[in-house]
Amino acid sequence: MSGGVDSAVAAARAVDAGHEVVGVHLALSRMPGTLRTGSRGCCTIEDSMDAQRAANVLGIPYYVWDFSERFKADVVDDFIAEYSAGRTPNPCMRCNERIKFAALLEKALALGFDAVATGHYASIVTDAAGNKELHRASAWAKDQSYVLGVLTAEQLEHAYFPLGDTPSKDLVRAEAARRGLSVAQKPDSHDICFISDGDTKGWLAERVGTATGDVVDRTGAVVGSHEGAHAFTVGQRRGLHLGTPAPDGRPRFVLEVRPKDNTVVVGPKEALAIGEIAGSRFTWAGEPPSDASTPFECEVQIRAHADPVPAVAVVTGGELVVTPQHPLDGVAPGQTAVVYVGTRVLGQCTIDRTVSAVPVDA
Amino acid sequence: MVYLDHAATTPMLPEAIEALTGALAVVGNPASIHSAGQQAKRLLEESREQVAATLGADGIEVVFTGSGTEAVNLAIKGLWWHRQADASRPRLLVPAGEHHATVDTVEWLAEHDGALVEEIPLDELGRIRLDALEAALTRDGASVALVTMLWANNEVGTIQPVEEVARLTARAGVPLHVDAIAAYGQLPIDVHGLRRSTGAAPGTGIVALSVSAHKIGGPAGIGALVLDRSAAVEPLIHGGGQQRKVRSGTQDVAAAASFAAAASVVAARLEADARRMSALRDRVISGALAEVPEARLSGDPDPDGRLPGNVHLSFTGCEGDSLLFLLDAAGVAVSTGSACQAGVPEPSHVLMAMGRSETDARGALRITIGHGSTEADVDAFLAALPGAYAQASRAGLAARATSFDR
Repeated sequence: MSGGVDSAVAAARAVDAGHEVVGVHLALSRMPGTLRTGSRGCCTIEDSMDAQRAANVLGIPYYVWDFSERFKADVVDDFIAEYSAGRTPNPCMRCNERIKFAALLEKALALGFDAVATGHYASIVTDAAGNKELHRASAWAKDQSYVLGVLTAEQLEHAYFPLGDTPSKDLVRAEAARRGLSVAQKPDSHDICFISDGDTKGWLAERVGTATGDVVDRTGAVVGSHEGAHAFTVGQRRGLHLGTPAPDGRPRFVLEVRPKDNTVVVGPKEALAIGEIAGSRFTWAGEPPSDASTPFECEVQIRAHADPVPAVAVVTGGELVVTPQHPLDGVAPGQTAVVYVGTRVLGQCTIDRTVSAVPVDA
Repeated sequence: MVYLDHAATTPMLPEAIEALTGALAVVGNPASIHSAGQQAKRLLEESREQVAATLGADGIEVVFTGSGTEAVNLAIKGLWWHRQADASRPRLLVPAGEHHATVDTVEWLAEHDGALVEEIPLDELGRIRLDALEAALTRDGASVALVTMLWANNEVGTIQPVEEVARLTARAGVPLHVDAIAAYGQLPIDVHGLRRSTGAAPGTGIVALSVSAHKIGGPAGIGALVLDRSAAVEPLIHGGGQQRKVRSGTQDVAAAASFAAAASVVAARLEADARRMSALRDRVISGALAEVPEARLSGDPDPDGRLPGNVHLSFTGCEGDSLLFLLDAAGVAVSTGSACQAGVPEPSHVLMAMGRSETDARGALRITIGHGSTEADVDAFLAALPGAYAQASRAGLAARATSFDR
């Protein structure tokens, strides 16, 4: 229970369903802030108190469990390492994968619980053979199956998403109000919870330092300088501050970040188009496809709020390789490609490499 | 439910409840001049004298506060500021492993007021290293504003050598504040006696001592600072000048009456209760160590060196919060020991100060016995412990590897 409205209502529904429910708030920082500032961040003392109040209203026990060390190692340090390596990580997925459905789930199972229920908008469906499948929530606009795409069959076996069939967030808020939960109108949290002011660039600069480096075009010609490659994301247009205009006068975008030589590669928008995505770190969300080494039709989604696009996927050479039907913009190594078949999440990979749809001399 | 967390708070005594409810109907502000005010004032001052009598002090020396924490703040900040008035005395000596009421207060003085906080180390039993304190007092004692210390540690129950510290500070001409919140009601406290036996000159040696009502069966919301006649503090709260201008604010007569009732009852049966509680404590210790050989007792193993009501055990390889959860589910309420903010557990700074590892500190459990505790409570705890330990061991440490590392 994060202290937000979704987990409070999820807990309430789990209680209504007849489960024996215990509220657990994860302490993810040793030095939590006192109050939320605006809608950003979470894990403040205010959030912990809100979670406890919700548990009180539901009449369930409530505990705070400390996962701050694991969170730092598995999520925060991983985030820094990924950026330092020129990739664009998704810390929420890492938290689901390593904290909520690993450290927390494993501790809970050992303490005698059967499952971890969260306020995620996603559905678990049991197939004819009794295997669990992960599906999109019925409310497409709130669907969070993307950030759960990292869950494995074993994790899904013990996951429970009571909000999966809710048509909209407004209904969840209304239900919270009806149930007398004080968080009914609490603002949603956004951005990255451990960067409380939302300034990811500044936060990273403090941790990995700044160093002046070159901004180059695709031919290798230096067209500007920057104060640290980690501050750039593939697809980024703003904040490049290039002195030399492009010969054709068109805006330039970050095409690649090379942390090893602290270089940022820029080029025209069409050069962002990616024709192939591949990653060796892939998992299946439940039963794997019967023969993944034969190319199969699917849809791929590369961001939490991106539209899925038709694609063909195959496992070859130890990698999950996904070829979208039409090239995709703004794909960066480190992002997660989640593969769907219909509403079902089939699996995912962390993107290691991309292949541009537009050759350099085009 | 079996309640074994009496160090957090202990049930109110019937006498205290009766005194409270009776006094709630008394009309009159004790600061008013009319007869109603005088009646209230009389009840208040009688209560003050009763509390004072349980602490070896005079009524006039007892300042009621809103909590034990406020008493500690008033003593430390009040003495500190007063001691800066006529000379620069920047050093503040404080043992490691103090309660947060002290730790955070001296930290604040260091940040905002230039206090040079010197931490006096503890030994592995949690006892202050007297040699280190003596060395710190000998080295330019005139620059020390005050010494503050716990009478007994609230987490691990180790009783401090208060008389020796009182003597050292008296000899060095430095005022001493003692936080007796955990010790009150379990150990005899005699402030005047201590001042006499340690040869304290006015304003030096033990001059201030903090206690809290709810730890002894009185109501929450009232504490007291014993402030020796010879000591002066700067007040924290200004206003109507109540309580010798040391602590302004309309006084809570009913809470004072209730506090006094609890104090009198507890003082009258202190010795017998301490004996009975010690026996229960020793049963918890020997029973727990027999049931779970991996457990380790923290603090002083000598029965005379630890609080009669305190048991503190470390279970290496377990999270204290797992144990607490499992015992709670089994109907036994205990504590992981240290203070926590909004329930966020932290490894105990007390155990760390005693030289223990963070892993050890994470698996800590504090079981505290109160005046009403029974053999049946101990039996219930000992019955629930082995199963809880076995299951918590399987849950392991949150800091340990998950399946992703294996």
